[in-house]
Amino acid sequence: MAIPELLSSIFLVMGAAFFMAGTIGLLRFPDVYTRLHALAKVDNLGLGLIILGLLFQAPGLTVALKIILIWLLALAASSAVSFLIARRALNRGVAPWKAKEQKI
Amino acid sequence: MNDFNLLLAVFLLVNLIIALLRVARGPTDADRLLAALLFGTTGVAILLLLAFTADTLVLMDVALVFALLAAITGAVFAQRAWRMEGVEEGKDGNS
Repeated sequence: MAIPELLSSIFLVMGAAFFMAGTIGLLRFPDVYTRLHALAKVDNLGLGLIILGLLFQAPGLTVALKIILIWLLALAASSAVSFLIARRALNRGVAPWKAKEQKI
Repeated sequence: MNDFNLLLAVFLLVNLIIALLRVARGPTDADRLLAALLFGTTGVAILLLLAFTADTLVLMDVALVFALLAAITGAVFAQRAWRMEGVEEGKDGNS
């Protein structure tokens, strides 16, 4: 197990763990705004880690640069789309979730 | 290294399917729009993992286009196809 392969698999596993966290967040969160948090941020970090892991397997420099470009595009795209969804949901009257007052 | 990539791609696919089930069940339209975000990240990750198995590097360009299309689809849906939440509670059933 050469060093780059080891590093690559470590980063890939961390990326997959973040994807799982994003999915669990999506399943557990009560309303759309919190789910946007789970989706947009965590999945992008997972994608970034997976791309970092794949950099070690990249045959050439151009391939590596192209992957980083894909990650930047994914970052910009998902932040823009999640902002649009949240604003539209707020305009359309989707009420943000409020925690019930716990009687202590 | 290839089979490790494939294993992770399958894991991400299972992840994607579970998340899509949740998104499909989501009460409001905003939840259904999350599918575009999901494909923007998880779909691209799966494609990239598959790109680095064997010698199918062309999948990298597919992932690039996929990320772009997911963004455009999400933006268009968020701006265009949406009925008033409060006004009619989905009587006619179209989303």
